[in-house]
Amino acid sequence: MTAAQRGAMPLAEVIGVLHTARRDEIVVTTMGCAREWMRLGSHPLDLVYVPSSMGQATSVGLGLALAQPDRRVVVCNGDGSMLMNLGSLVTITSQRPKNLIVLLFDNGVYEVTGAQDTPGSAALRGGRAVDFAQMARTCGFESVFEFSDLEAWASQVHEVLNAEGPVFGCLHAQPVYENATPKSPGPAWERARALREALDRASSP
Amino acid sequence: MFEGAQIATLLEELEVTHVVTIPDSTLGPWLSEITETQVQVIQVCREGEAWGVAAGLYMGGASPVVMIQCTGLFESGDALRNLLHDYRLPLFAIVGYRSYLSQDTLPGDTCLTFTEPILDAWKLEYRLIAAPEQFAEIAGLYRSCRDEGRSGVALIAEGKA
Repeated sequence: MTAAQRGAMPLAEVIGVLHTARRDEIVVTTMGCAREWMRLGSHPLDLVYVPSSMGQATSVGLGLALAQPDRRVVVCNGDGSMLMNLGSLVTITSQRPKNLIVLLFDNGVYEVTGAQDTPGSAALRGGRAVDFAQMARTCGFESVFEFSDLEAWASQVHEVLNAEGPVFGCLHAQPVYENATPKSPGPAWERARALREALDRASSP
Repeated sequence: MFEGAQIATLLEELEVTHVVTIPDSTLGPWLSEITETQVQVIQVCREGEAWGVAAGLYMGGASPVVMIQCTGLFESGDALRNLLHDYRLPLFAIVGYRSYLSQDTLPGDTCLTFTEPILDAWKLEYRLIAAPEQFAEIAGLYRSCRDEGRSGVALIAEGKA
């Protein structure tokens, strides 16, 4: 079953819902999510993880969550990236961070390189895509959600963001086929330093 | 060469907050003593992941150390490129140098061929710690890297001579 057949949601709108609901969480975005997130502006607690080491967004998010236990951390990851670091789901649940939310934007393709099917996609698996939500449950995520309907996502986004962590949300999204490659919003080292400084300021009395 | 208690005390003295690790036969026995300190141990599933976790910890204001074997360093390539060079995060690592002390009795381990060239290739400053008398050099390297915002590696010789 393809993403479209499954009733997948337009990525920009899914990201838009999250952007509207976001308060003071740290938000880590990568690949297509980063591209759409950047279009909506910037925030001192954003980490647009572009350029990336593909797959590392969940690990970076875990580190942030453990270092900032009083602040929620949202990681917006792609399914291709998730497949590169499935072990991080196990590492996350071994640490049990109550403040970490992993949102997986599952479109079945490597969007930014031209939408080739991932090995987890239905297209390469005889019609049966990898079930990331079930995988997250098996790994021991405390709260697991799955959305294919934009209205349902919009009505439950606050529940997802406030659920007891670690939280995993699988969002079935439609691939974007044109101008899909995200551009870095500036020197990576400056943005990393700015995030650290912003968190330091935010936690200072 | 070193006991877990020594390493645990050292990490506390250096105010390390987290050790992100996959154990090997030298580093693994240290973990039980480290976990008895204030230092939090985070065991990851593969070594490349360790750098991502450490990067997040550092950006979040913590002071992590990555502790892995050199084989895991080989596995870590793209994470090193991105996090230490693109993002210039001053992450410090303790890396076990497999078979270094067993070169006469156990020759042929290609870790001896590749470890130091790989560290050079990734432009990582490192100090080879091959004798117990060099213990204090670990702290010296850590402090200089921390104070100057550089990444660095204490390369701990493993094996039995």
